[in-house]
Amino acid sequence: MTDYIIMFMATLGAAFVLLAAIGILRMPDLYLRISVTTKGATLGMGLILLCVAIYFGEASIATRSLAIVFFLLLTAPVSAHLIGRASYFVNTPLWKNSVMDDLKGKYSKSTEGSSSEESDVTDHEPQGDDVGQPKKE
Amino acid sequence: MSVHDYLYYIILPILALSALLIFIRFIMGPSLSDRVVALDLLITTGIGVIAIYSIVTDQPTFLDIAMILALIAFLGTVAFAYYIEKRKRK
Repeated sequence: MTDYIIMFMATLGAAFVLLAAIGILRMPDLYLRISVTTKGATLGMGLILLCVAIYFGEASIATRSLAIVFFLLLTAPVSAHLIGRASYFVNTPLWKNSVMDDLKGKYSKSTEGSSSEESDVTDHEPQGDDVGQPKKE
Repeated sequence: MSVHDYLYYIILPILALSALLIFIRFIMGPSLSDRVVALDLLITTGIGVIAIYSIVTDQPTFLDIAMILALIAFLGTVAFAYYIEKRKRK
């Protein structure tokens, strides 16, 4: 029974990784590639590492593989956001059929690097304060 | 067909094929950011290969290497993002 669960989940995980690979090859745009890659590969790795945890069935190995899954879940969105943000500032072109660009005109062309950090801080600070205060009471 | 045969003859070739497809994008990516994304995905696929290989060979010690690879992939992507952003200003 355990064997069939492992086979099923490994197949699903490998299929997701294959879909991410086809996506990174076929998508027309850097941002679409980042979007496809992060989601597909993270889910595929989660399923495959869960297979390892089920197969060995010991607490120490399950903890180890689940720690890798947790780390991937934690870092994949962060790194995708960082690389997408950096390449937007370098003026990487969008796909020609893109419908909307929400950041258009928010960063002036001459001071892209320096203005980015300031505007980010001012946008998010009020919300952080509102959320933070009720917790202290 | 046992689990080992199934993983060895079906899952590992699928992962190898996806690594090959990612490597094509890594070679021909138009910008540096494309290559960084492809490298990140390549290392993530490598973690999957190591996990499957540790089942096939019954050696859970390989998972430590997978953990270190995950750390290095994150650090490399962060460093490359920082470099891409700073390179523009000079």
